[in-house]
Amino acid sequence: MTAKMIRWAAAALAAGIALTATIASAEETVEYPLIKPTRQEWSFAGIFGRYDQAQLQRGYQVYKDVCSSCHAMSYVKFRNLADEGGPGFTEDAVKVLAATYAIEAGPNDAGEMFERPRLPSDPFPSPFPNDNAARAANGGALPPDLSLIAKARAVHRGFPWFVFDMFWPYQEQGPDYIASLLTGYQDPPEGVEVPEGTYYNPHFINGVSLRMPPPLDDDLVEYSDGTPQTKEQYATDVSAFLMWAAEPHLDARKELGLKVMLYLIIFAGILYFVKRQVWRGTPH
Amino acid sequence: MSGHSTYVPKTAIGKWFEARLPVVRLLHDTAVSYPTPRNLNALWTFGGILAMMLVVQIVTGIVLAMHYAAESTIAFRSVESIMRDVNWGWLIRYLHANGASMFFIAVYIHIFRGLYYGSYKAPREILWILGVIIYLLMMAAAFMGYVLPWGQMSFWGATVITNFFTALPIVGQPIQTLLIGGFSVDNATLNRFFSLHYLLPFLIAGVVVLHVWALHVVGQNNPLGIDVKSEKDTVPFTPYATSKDVLWIVLFMIFYGWFVFYQPNFLGHPDNYIEANPLSTPAHIVPEWYFLPFYAILRAIDFNIGPIDSKLGGVLAMFGAIAVLAFLPWLDTSKVRSGRFRPIFKVAFWVFGVNALFLGYLGSQATDAIIAGLQAVSWAKLSTFYYFAYFLVILPVLGYIEKPKPLPVSINDAILAKSVPGSAH
Ligand code: HEC
Ligand code: HEM
Repeated sequence: MTAKMIRWAAAALAAGIALTATIASAEETVEYPLIKPTRQEWSFAGIFGRYDQAQLQRGYQVYKDVCSSCHAMSYVKFRNLADEGGPGFTEDAVKVLAATYAIEAGPNDAGEMFERPRLPSDPFPSPFPNDNAARAANGGALPPDLSLIAKARAVHRGFPWFVFDMFWPYQEQGPDYIASLLTGYQDPPEGVEVPEGTYYNPHFINGVSLRMPPPLDDDLVEYSDGTPQTKEQYATDVSAFLMWAAEPHLDARKELGLKVMLYLIIFAGILYFVKRQVWRGTPH
Repeated sequence: MSGHSTYVPKTAIGKWFEARLPVVRLLHDTAVSYPTPRNLNALWTFGGILAMMLVVQIVTGIVLAMHYAAESTIAFRSVESIMRDVNWGWLIRYLHANGASMFFIAVYIHIFRGLYYGSYKAPREILWILGVIIYLLMMAAAFMGYVLPWGQMSFWGATVITNFFTALPIVGQPIQTLLIGGFSVDNATLNRFFSLHYLLPFLIAGVVVLHVWALHVVGQNNPLGIDVKSEKDTVPFTPYATSKDVLWIVLFMIFYGWFVFYQPNFLGHPDNYIEANPLSTPAHIVPEWYFLPFYAILRAIDFNIGPIDSKLGGVLAMFGAIAVLAFLPWLDTSKVRSGRFRPIFKVAFWVFGVNALFLGYLGSQATDAIIAGLQAVSWAKLSTFYYFAYFLVILPVLGYIEKPKPLPVSINDAILAKSVPGSAH
């Protein structure tokens, strides 16, 4: 009796909510980015994913030739270019490369600061002496340090997608976003005004336009391995490189993960039989 | 611990020790001979899983603390150097950061187990309240831990949450100032949070000892919710419960490993990879996922109630949502423990579970987001209403109007009724 009453009450409540929900006018709030990032195939995606060494090298080249004139990358050191699971530079190449940049050091015995060539243990150089200088040169916007950008941007896929992303692992939101952003510049649609000095880009996470001018174009960087020199290819390569910069131990992580998971699964199997054996003859 | 000790020291050294400090007896009684109901299901393994997670957090935390620098200008950088330069640093940090989430997943399962099977009812009130205290301490520990990497969410989360205290009349402002060591979140905050973050897990360990002690005085509840009547209802903890606990601990580790190795940043917020910047407020400030239901309750109260303004109202509702758990043993008026025998309770319970998940979802949304035609904040009001109604109306009333199904005479009877004795299961 009471059970029935409660069920009816619950049904009535549910119907009421559904009704309110449909009647209430759905005014849309604008969500950025206007266009969600395009999903790409990344060599480092999934359980068996690993970085593609050649791609990281190309990506570094794009970063160095294009992005580094505005963006710092101060968490990454030259020696990292030779680390396992990275772009795979030789130690000698790293030494030569680092030495082409100077760094302020000192004070020396006379108490004076001086410049010396960078060593492999030094970080990538920053294009501007400080944030204010960076802003002043970029119309007031600070080009963010790119060391962690691939992990600092992830566009929400919302419910229910995030549940799937958990188990069909999708961790490449960052590079997907960057690649889409870099290739996503277009003319603003009819009727949309963008503030002076900004560029319309529906892939930008924080509004309709940003202060970074479109940095890439076809044939901007010369690849030596015959890879097509298109804007899209550059964007993909540099995004992969930025993922490596943000997560340099990804290869080691996935490799160890496989061993640990296999070990645990086998161990769990054995424990299952142990448990069955222990409980055999004891109804429960 | 009381009454059922079967420990007999066999070796000479064992006897010598026993006469001076019977700690082996204590361990034996707790983890070997302790009688456990024979009908426990896998949900009863989460206590062991929680104990393991506490140890994991303490061990990984101590290693992190060896490399971490609690100073606001270098904290972020020091965590990055753990990730990049410290040998296996990435593993330790991902274990710790995801470990906190796993800890909460386990505690939520553990709590919902208790809610369903009525584990909070007499004689387990103290046991339950100790659990609520552990849960509160865990929240404090996790909140302060999340501030340590000094990312954008660390900083703004700390700012928003410590700001709650200012809602309290008179004492609010001084409490907040004391908590953050000044008038805004800065280096002083980071230092005291680190100190407290190091302390709290050890307090938790202390309360866990009391929790286990209380458990061993009153004995475990079981899926039937009826008391243990005779020895036939129980099996010794070792090897029976241990074999099951270890299996489930390893299964849980597989789940944990999945996140650590394949989805290490899934449960975190991307903004925390941006260094804290007091001059730039993130578009949406959201707490860690395990606080989201309470965050939704906080924001649901956006109206004044008499002299209580919406801010204080929200804070009271949020703390009330946790405090109400402590009174649960007296709010639920039904004598029957297990939800299995309570047809109406069962429905209310599952609605409560779904509602709690929904509150979590709402906590992650902007208040003005539109969900199925209704603003998130309106949904939050409905959900918050049900959350409290469950404890304050449904459970007290159900005890009087619900007609429970007949209970089995004993655990042993119920088991014999469903399986042929002697057959393996
Ligand atoms: C001319 C200077 C300049 C160059 C060259 C440049 N950027 Fe930027 N970038 C900026 C500025 C300025 C911003 C900040 C934009 C804003 O917030 O409005 C920015 C922002 C970004 C962002 C962050 C967008 C967000 O979600 O907030 C990314 C990612 C980025 N740049 C990547 C790159 C990459 C990759 C390259 C090289 C292919 C590059 N940039 C080259 C100036 C530059
Ligand atoms: C109850 C157990 C614990 C919980 C729930 C917990 C939770 C957390 C959380 C959520 C973080 C932030 C992780 C991140 O996003 O980076 C953190 C960081 C940290 N914790 Fe703990 N922790 C616990 C125990 C400990 C212990 C015992 C120590 C030992 C001193 C410790 C030391 C640290 C340090 C140094 C950090 C900063 C490094 C980092 O952010 O990764 N923790 N903790």
